[in-house]
Amino acid sequence: MISAKIAIKNLNLWYSDFQALKNVNTTFVANKISAMIGPSGCGKSTLLRTFDRMNDLIEGVRVDGQILIDQENIFDPKMDLVKLRKKVGMVFQRPNPFPLSIYENIVFGERIHKSNLKRDQLDESVEISLKSVLLWEELKDKLKKPALRLSLEQKQRLCIARLIAVKPEVLLMDEPCSALDPQATARIEELMRELKNKYTIIIVTHNMQQAARVSDDTGFMLLGELIEFGHTQEIFTAPKDKRTEDYITGRYG
Amino acid sequence: MRKLKESIIEKLILLCGLASVFFVVLIFLFLLKEGLAVFKTISLKDFILGKSWYPISEPAQLGILPLIMGSFLVTIGAAIISIPIGVGCAIYIAEIAPLRLKEILKVGIELLAAIPSVVLGFIGMVTIVPLVKSIFHLPTGLTAISGSIMLAFMAMPTIVSIAEDALYSVPKIYKEGAFALGATHWQTIYRVVLPAASSGIVAAVMLGIGRVIGETMAVMMITGNAAVMPNSILAPVRTLTATIAAEMGEAVVGSEHYFALFGIGIVLFIISFCINVTADLFLHRNK
Repeated sequence: MISAKIAIKNLNLWYSDFQALKNVNTTFVANKISAMIGPSGCGKSTLLRTFDRMNDLIEGVRVDGQILIDQENIFDPKMDLVKLRKKVGMVFQRPNPFPLSIYENIVFGERIHKSNLKRDQLDESVEISLKSVLLWEELKDKLKKPALRLSLEQKQRLCIARLIAVKPEVLLMDEPCSALDPQATARIEELMRELKNKYTIIIVTHNMQQAARVSDDTGFMLLGELIEFGHTQEIFTAPKDKRTEDYITGRYG
Repeated sequence: MRKLKESIIEKLILLCGLASVFFVVLIFLFLLKEGLAVFKTISLKDFILGKSWYPISEPAQLGILPLIMGSFLVTIGAAIISIPIGVGCAIYIAEIAPLRLKEILKVGIELLAAIPSVVLGFIGMVTIVPLVKSIFHLPTGLTAISGSIMLAFMAMPTIVSIAEDALYSVPKIYKEGAFALGATHWQTIYRVVLPAASSGIVAAVMLGIGRVIGETMAVMMITGNAAVMPNSILAPVRTLTATIAAEMGEAVVGSEHYFALFGIGIVLFIISFCINVTADLFLHRNK
């Protein structure tokens, strides 16, 4: 595929002796939402965390194979991790705003990546980022308030805004709605659809309905293998693999 | 039957709880009763701000400002030394040190806490005192700064272990969030972990300082014990605590001197109480 934003080639990953990813191959296209589904422990979160090399933080992790983002192998020893993580942002399962003000949360990325920033630049980036997650109207008068006082949904939006402020190209979302109620989940999904025009979004979810609702492509993982990856509609209506069919029809998982 | 047993046990535990409160109240009342008697002969202002402490001259001069200044100087010095080292050590243990080294360091800190203060004082007397004397070319090495250095060692274990606890309990998801935004290890520590643990660190520092102010034996041995207004950190001083320890034995019970020492006790009590309450406020602020 020509417009592959991310290409995975023969990716294997071990936690010490345990092989968590087995020979994964696929590509993700820009400006689409790709969902990774599968039973817990299937390696979908592990896969997500390889894209920005968050697995590096865990001791005893060994990777082989390649992940190319814009044709650049991220496991190359010369790869600049800071640059990679600016380009590939991550939203976590539990909303994790920093125990700072709302304002400081959003400008965090800029503060660490750039020096001598002007006040009005920061102000502008706060406004743009909050607007893009539809929080600006709600929070514009409360920017100095601690972020930890926000509701869960607001926190998760803030975490997305915090990413947007560093101008990433890829958004990784690790079960971003699992701490939220159904209404908040619906609104975050709405936001994701809006964001996909600008970003490549990969979402990990254990919620098959969510994958079906929100994604363009879906991959099904089982025991570290990517069993099947394709258009969401095909995966859910006419899966090629028996195991995928069993999973989406609820036979296990 | 079972109910009866339960209620007896409950009553016993209640009694234990009340007993500790009861004794604290008794001690406090005794301190007040003896200490406040000093104000029959001297005003509060002259007691706190009086510049000379000659308790057995005739008439006795009972100004404790030199002693307060002595405690203050030694404590400030100890704080300046122990806070950066202690907090730095806590950051290293909580965030940077590999697992093995972390365990070794923690044991080391615990050992430091286990050294009796008289032993530390003794070691200070034969090592730090001559060192200070020769470095600064002083007539005596028994100075406030010697006491500060020694007390810094005593404050350190308190500061390190409580601050390390505070740093360690910063949720991992904050750190992950910072790393995922491309922050380096130090940026994560400096911008996320430290602010998140700040109240615990302040509490650690306060408790460390509380330990320094209350310390008696080591300071008595190495600060020179001169109850005069100190003009620098390189001069001999005497702290509030050392004064009580040194003079209580020879003060005539019921004399002005005797009451004045209890007065000092009240001052010390108030200082430690304020420090502990502040530390407590910070420790529980986020809960």
